[in-house]
Amino acid sequence: MNLQNIITEIEKVDPEVYERLNGRRDAMKSFAKASGKVALAALPLAFGSMLQKAYGKGTGVTGLIDDTLNFALTLEYLEANFYIKGIASAGLIPTPAAVAALTTIRDHENAHVSFLRNVITTLGATPVTFAAADFDFTAGGTFADVFSNYDTFLAVAQTFEDTGVRAYKGQAGNLMTNNDILTAALNIHSVEARHASHIRQMRKARGVDVKPWITGNNSGIGSVVAASYAGEEVTTQAGVNIVNIGGFTISANAASEAFDEPLTKDQVTAIVTPFFA
Amino acid sequence: MLLRQSKEKILLGAATESEIKGVSRRNFLGYLGGASALLITAAACKKDDNNTNTGVDLGSGDVGILNYAYALEQLEAAFYTQVILTPYSGISAAESALLTDIRDHEIAHREFFKAALAASAIPALEVDFTSINFSSRDSVLATAKAFEDLGVTAYNGAGKLIVSADYLALAGKIVSVEARHAAYIRDIISNGSFADNTAVDPNGLDLSRTPAQVLAIADTYIKTAINASNLPTN
Repeated sequence: MNLQNIITEIEKVDPEVYERLNGRRDAMKSFAKASGKVALAALPLAFGSMLQKAYGKGTGVTGLIDDTLNFALTLEYLEANFYIKGIASAGLIPTPAAVAALTTIRDHENAHVSFLRNVITTLGATPVTFAAADFDFTAGGTFADVFSNYDTFLAVAQTFEDTGVRAYKGQAGNLMTNNDILTAALNIHSVEARHASHIRQMRKARGVDVKPWITGNNSGIGSVVAASYAGEEVTTQAGVNIVNIGGFTISANAASEAFDEPLTKDQVTAIVTPFFA
Repeated sequence: MLLRQSKEKILLGAATESEIKGVSRRNFLGYLGGASALLITAAACKKDDNNTNTGVDLGSGDVGILNYAYALEQLEAAFYTQVILTPYSGISAAESALLTDIRDHEIAHREFFKAALAASAIPALEVDFTSINFSSRDSVLATAKAFEDLGVTAYNGAGKLIVSADYLALAGKIVSVEARHAAYIRDIISNGSFADNTAVDPNGLDLSRTPAQVLAIADTYIKTAINASNLPTN
């Protein structure tokens, strides 16, 4: 997104944006015009700090990014602690290949925690912190055998990964004002989808009727995780019906699988709240 | 679109004297001032304004990015259509079923972009699969892996170039499905490679590529010349 576009958009809701940013409209415009020459990597940070000074921490565009990243960080802590505990649970994971795959995923979730903490700190905000004791992966007893029954463990893993994909997707729009952060979030989002694909293949190998992609709103788990899959069954995108589109034979299942759907922050919060002690 | 029209109007002198006469001096200068600001913005958007480029023009702005995605989906859909038409030797029932799913997903993506772009859509591209041995599992899956990983990096890199939040959301709906494909293809080549360090960096992030980087890689498989010089670059 172009810097001038961002400022123009802000100006629509806040005509004083130039004054807030600099006190001198002309100087700000000069900065905007010169932005094509500023090192691209430096631009978002420079712009971010200008906005922060203009609106103060915790409000406005920068506050939205801070809040969004802390929301993402919360989900990453949830996932990281889940895999840490699962891998440490003696007798839970039956094969070396499964241990290796789950270790790969655990290491990514840990890396996401570190990465997001660094980004949030760089922005001048405070990252949230969670410890193992903050979580209840039985979700109040719903998944009572999560760390002793491998199939339950994989079911919860699939739900976390698919929900994570939907959560990042739902937040992308909030990060559009910062290209670097948006790109980083997208780069995490697709890794979560790779994880989801693999966990689903692990479940398929255990005899569960799931594919690497989400068919309709089927989880292969049951109604207990319905909220994580609600809405995935849609077969229309931007008003275009995907079933048999263009005269090609595309089933409703394929049409739903071809597009993953976002969840709002409120939806995700409701889904994960039972997993916090 | 609007930018280009304003630019052409000024450069071609399409604003006639009679049009200008009705405008007060102050407004006329304001008009020019506004127009030059637009020109500067347009110039800042188009760093790589190369008039010698030929081929199918993807266009500019969000339309250009959607056409870029449409071009990649055309490539993927054509590939998997051929994979299903001429299955590699030794294909299992499970592989056949899931590769058919992937074909259908890519056709759905391609046809969605075609419908969404309507009159702005680029024409059908001619592909070149002479480097692929469709009877060989190794050749087909290696190509599938390359295409899926490329698709993920392409959408991830294009996100920041999109202005409309609605289009960004649509790209997001597709890229995670491409990542699911990528992980599956990687796993049937080598189980456990779904997100190994050739795809994911030490921070746990997938990679992203610019349209220029992506098209340079895809070029091997696309016969039709593509002009991406009008795409946004930031």
